[in-house]
Amino acid sequence: MAKVIPRKPLTLAERTYLPQVLGGLKTTFKRMVSPNVTLEYPEERPVIPEGYRGVPTLVKDPDGREKCVSCQLCEFVCPPKAIKIFPGEIPEDAPTAHVEKAPRDFQIDMLRCIYCGLCQEVCPEEAIFLQEIFSVTGYTRSELVYNKQKLYELGGTLPDRHFKWEKKRQAAERGHQH
Amino acid sequence: MAVDLLIVVGKALAVVVVLMGLCAYTVLAERKVSSWIQNRVGPNRTTLPVIGAIPVLGPMLTRLGLFQPMADGLKFLFKEDILPGHVNKVYYMLAPVIALVPALLTVSVVPFGQYVDADGVTRPLILANLDIGILFIFAISSLGVYAIILAGWAANSKYPFLGGVRASAQMISYELAMGLSVLPVFLWINTPGAPATLSLVAVVDAQAGAWFVLLMPLSALIFLISIFAETNRAPFDMPESESELVGGFHTEYSSFKFGLFFVAEYAHMIVGSAILVLLFFGGWHPLPWLTLADLGLAGGVLGGVLSTLVFLAKTLLVVFFFIWVRWTVPRFRYDQVMRIGWRMLLPLAIANLIAYVLFLAWWVTR
Amino acid sequence: MTAPAQTDLVTVVIDGKEIAVPKGTNIIEAASRLGIEIPHYCYHPKLSVVGNCRMCLVEMGMPMIDRGSGKPILDDHGGQKIGWMPRPAIACATAAVPGMQIRTTTELVKQCREGVMEFLLVNHPLDCPICDQAGECRLQEFATDYGRGYSRFIEEKNVKPKRTRLGPRVMLDDERCILCSRCIRFCQEVPKDDVLGFVDRGSYSTLTCYPGKQLENNYSLNTVDICPVGALTSTDFRFKMRVWFLKQTPSIDTESSVGANTFVWAREGKIYRITPRRNDAVNDTWMADSGRELYQQVEAEDRLNACHASGKPVPAPEALQAAVALLKEGKTAIVGSARASLEEQFLLKKVARAAGGAPVHLVAHTGEGDGLLVSADRTPNLRGALLTGLIDTLPPASLEALGAAIDAGEVQTLVVVREDLLAAGLTEAQLERVRIIHLDTHRRPGLERAAVVLAGLTVFEKAGSFVNQQFRVQKFQKAVPGPGGAAEDLFLLATLAAELGGESMPSTPASVWQAMAAEIAAFRGMTFAGIPDDGVVVEAGRLAELPFVEGESLHYKPAAEAAGV
Repeated sequence: MAKVIPRKPLTLAERTYLPQVLGGLKTTFKRMVSPNVTLEYPEERPVIPEGYRGVPTLVKDPDGREKCVSCQLCEFVCPPKAIKIFPGEIPEDAPTAHVEKAPRDFQIDMLRCIYCGLCQEVCPEEAIFLQEIFSVTGYTRSELVYNKQKLYELGGTLPDRHFKWEKKRQAAERGHQH
Repeated sequence: MAVDLLIVVGKALAVVVVLMGLCAYTVLAERKVSSWIQNRVGPNRTTLPVIGAIPVLGPMLTRLGLFQPMADGLKFLFKEDILPGHVNKVYYMLAPVIALVPALLTVSVVPFGQYVDADGVTRPLILANLDIGILFIFAISSLGVYAIILAGWAANSKYPFLGGVRASAQMISYELAMGLSVLPVFLWINTPGAPATLSLVAVVDAQAGAWFVLLMPLSALIFLISIFAETNRAPFDMPESESELVGGFHTEYSSFKFGLFFVAEYAHMIVGSAILVLLFFGGWHPLPWLTLADLGLAGGVLGGVLSTLVFLAKTLLVVFFFIWVRWTVPRFRYDQVMRIGWRMLLPLAIANLIAYVLFLAWWVTR
Repeated sequence: MTAPAQTDLVTVVIDGKEIAVPKGTNIIEAASRLGIEIPHYCYHPKLSVVGNCRMCLVEMGMPMIDRGSGKPILDDHGGQKIGWMPRPAIACATAAVPGMQIRTTTELVKQCREGVMEFLLVNHPLDCPICDQAGECRLQEFATDYGRGYSRFIEEKNVKPKRTRLGPRVMLDDERCILCSRCIRFCQEVPKDDVLGFVDRGSYSTLTCYPGKQLENNYSLNTVDICPVGALTSTDFRFKMRVWFLKQTPSIDTESSVGANTFVWAREGKIYRITPRRNDAVNDTWMADSGRELYQQVEAEDRLNACHASGKPVPAPEALQAAVALLKEGKTAIVGSARASLEEQFLLKKVARAAGGAPVHLVAHTGEGDGLLVSADRTPNLRGALLTGLIDTLPPASLEALGAAIDAGEVQTLVVVREDLLAAGLTEAQLERVRIIHLDTHRRPGLERAAVVLAGLTVFEKAGSFVNQQFRVQKFQKAVPGPGGAAEDLFLLATLAAELGGESMPSTPASVWQAMAAEIAAFRGMTFAGIPDDGVVVEAGRLAELPFVEGESLHYKPAAEAAGV
C-alpha cells in the first residue's frame, strides 16, 4: 500500500513564481554583501589544527640522535604498504653505538601513503610523526618515494619526554656493573 | 562621399568595439557577481606586465580581475580548434557567425543618448535612426535562433540536436508574448492622426515624464521575462542546460567558434537590457519626471556624454540584474518553460493589450 | 603397526582431563598432548632437564591412601580423595606417575607465573624494538599471556655487556639473557664442545665463554635457535629482517646425505635465514651451521641467470632446441649428479635412454663426517640415483672412465648436470674435445665454453624430494621464485627427453611421482603429496647392502654396524 502524502495546492502568488524568485534574490543579495570565506592558498595558509595528520616524517631527538631504530613495526602495520625499511647496524665506534640498530634507508612512498597515522601510533620509539606538511608534489613517481634523508629533513627535531636511550647510556656509565 | 562613408564605418566600428568590450567585461561581471554570491573571491590573479607593475593601482586592478577578460579572449584564440569528423562542415562553421551577426546588427538601431547641437536641435545618438526601430530589432534578433538551430543540427550528435530543438521552441513561444507586451507602449506614443512611429527615440522622448514601467508595469514584467527566455539566460537556459545536455547546442564547439557563441549570448543580453531600458526605464532620462534638460545639463558635448552615461548605467544595472537572477534561480523544467510561455505569459500579454487598447480608446475619445 | 604395550603407559589427569603417556614422560609433554600449554624457558625436549627457570610451576596431587590400612581414602562423593601438595612443583622435572593429578589454571599457578615473569623482567632491558628475537620471543609471549601487564620495578636496571662476540657466528647480549642455560647444556650435550658457562652470582650472573675459548663449533647457531629470548643472535641474520615478515617453507639441507629438515625463511623473494625443522628420526631440532649458509648461493656472483646457446643468452626453449639438435647427433655421454632431486634423476635417466642409451657417470663427493648431522657423503641424494636406476653401483671419486672414453673419441656430446668436471678428474683438453650441454645453477670452471647452457633452479626455488642416508624420502618446497632467465630443471629435462624420445614426459613433481610409482618398485603406491613432512623410509632391498661411505651419525648407523658385524 503506497502511502499518499497530501500536498497543499499552490496559491496564485506561488504559481507566478515571483515571490519565490524575489525571496531568492534577497538571499543572494545578502550573500553578496557578506564577507568572503575564501582562503587564498599560496599566500594564506590554513591554521593546522592539533592532531592533524600530514606527511609522515622521521624526527630526531633534541640531542640530534635519529630516533628510528628500524624495528619495522610501521612497515608491518602500514595498510597500503607504503613504508620500506632497510635495517642496519650502528657501528661500534659511533656515539650512539649503544642503540645498536638504525635504518640504513627508510623509504615512504607518498603516493601510497593514506595518512592514516598508524605508523605514528605503533612506533615504540616515537620516531615517526605525521606532521603539518600537507602539500606533496613532484614530477616523477620515484621522486615521491621519500628516502631517509628527505624524511629527516621534513621531520626535524621534536621535543622528547623520555630520553630513553640517553638514560640507558648514563646507566651504563654510572653502572650497576659488577 | 567617401569621407562620409568612412565616418559611418568609424562610428559603426566604435559602437561594435564598445559592445564587444562590454561583452567581455560582462563575462567578468558574471564571474565576479557569482563569486560574491557564493562568498568567494573570483578572478583576481591575471595581470599584465607593465600596468600590473604600477604600484597600488596595478595590484588593485589585478585584484578586481580587470585583466581577466584579455586572458579569456586569448584562451579562446589559442585553444585547440576541434573540427569533429561527423559534422556538416559548412553549417558547422556558419552557425557561430550567424549567432554573432544579428547580435551586433541590432545594436545599430539602438539609440544610446542624445545630443543638442548648436542650433538647439535635439538629435539622438544612434547609428541608424530607423523609423521602424523596434520592428527591426525584433526581426533581426529572432534570426539569432537560426544560429542555435543550425549549430544543433550541424553538430550531428544528440545533445546539440536536443538543444537546438529546445531553443527553437522556446524562442517562438516567448517571441509572441514579447511582441504583444511591447504593443501598448507604441499605442501610447502614437496619437491618432499624427504620423505613426515605431522609433525607439520617440519612446524615450515620451518618457520625459512618467516612465512606462510605472504606466504599464505588467508589460514591463512580461517583456523582462521574455527577454530572459529570448537570450537563453537562467532560469530559461534550456538549450544549453549543462546538467542535462552537456553543453546543449554548443557541445561540439571549441576554441574560437565557441567563443563567438559565447560573445553573441552576452551581446544579446546587453542589447536586450538596452531595449528594456529604452522601452520602460526612461532611456537616458536620469529619473522619472526629471530629464537632463530639466537639470540644464542637456546642452553640447556634456549633454551627449551625460545622456550616454545615464543610459549605459541603467543598461548595466539591468545586466547586473540578469546576472543576479542567474545565480539565484534554478533552471525551469522544460514543461514549465512551455507552460509559462503559452499558458501564462501569452494570455496575460493579450489581456494586457486589450486592457490598454480599451483604456486608450476611452482616453482619446474622452 | 602394533599397538604399544599397555604396561608402559601411565595415566595422569591434567586439568580434569585424563591422558595416557609412556612412563617417564614429564608433565610438560603430557600436557602438550592434551593441547594444554605449560609455559617454560629452560626445558627443551632434546636437552637434559635442569629446572632453573621455575616458569612451569603447576599444582600436583596424588590420590590419598591410608598409610595404616593401605586403603584409598574416599571423599564425600565416594571418589578417591586427592592429596594436593601445599607447594607447586615444576612440570619439567616431574615425571608422570599413575593417578597423578595436575592443575595448571589455579590462582596459585597464575600467581607463580606472574611472579616468575616479574623477576625475569626486572633486569630485562625491554629493547624489543631493536631485538631480533621480537616476534618469536618466549619472554614476549609469556609476558603477554601470563605476566601481570605492568611493572612495579622503579629502580635502575642492571647493566651488562651487550654486543659480545661469542664466536664467529654468534653474538651475545647479556642484558637480555634470562639464564635458562639451554645454550650451555646444548654445547655440552650435543656437539660435546663445552665452552659456555655462567660467571658471578645473583643478578650479576652472566653467560660467557670459558677463557681462551670461543663458541665456534659447526653447531653454534643452534644455541641461537633454542635461546628463548634475544640474548644469542646470529651474526648473519642480525638486524636483517624482522621475523614476522618472513614466510617459512619446509625444505631439506643439501650439504650432506643426512638430509636435515629445515625451514627456509623468506620475504618477497629473498631468503633471510635457514633454521632446523624438528624431525625426531633425522635431525631432532638441530642442524649444522654450514647448512645454514647455503641460501647465499641463490644470489651468488656466479649464478647462472639465463640459458645460453653458442655463448649468447637465449630463452630456455631456444637453448633446448640447440641441445636437442646436439643430442640427436649421437655419441652422447651424461654426467649426472647426486645433488639433483629424485624427480630430476628419474627424468635424466629418461634422457639417457632417449639419447640412444647414453652412458651415465656419477662422481662421488666425500668429506669427513662429524658423527652428528654432517655425513661423509656430501651429496643429498646419492641413494635417489640408485633407487631411480640412474646408476647401479656406487660412484667413483673421479671420472677416469669418462676421460678415457673421451680420449678414445667415443664421446662427441657431453651432458653435465651440476658437476665441476675439472674437479672430478677431467682435463681441459678432454673438455675441448666434446661439445657440452651444461645444466646447472652456477657457472663451473672449464665449462664456460659449453655449447648449450641450461639455467636451472636451486633447491630453494623448486619443489622435489631427496632420499637421505636412511633411505628416507623427504620433500622440499619452493620458497622463492627463481631468476627470470632460469627454468625448472624438471621442465628442461622433460623437454629434452620428450623431444628425443618422441613421447610426452611428466614435468611436475606430482606427475613425475606418478610415473616413478608405476616404474620403480620401492616407490609403489606413493604420491608426492602423500609424502609426510618428516619423510618416509622406503624399502631399499639389495641397495642397502652397498658399502656406503657414511659413518655413524645422529639417528643413523651404517648397515654393516646395524647388522652387528
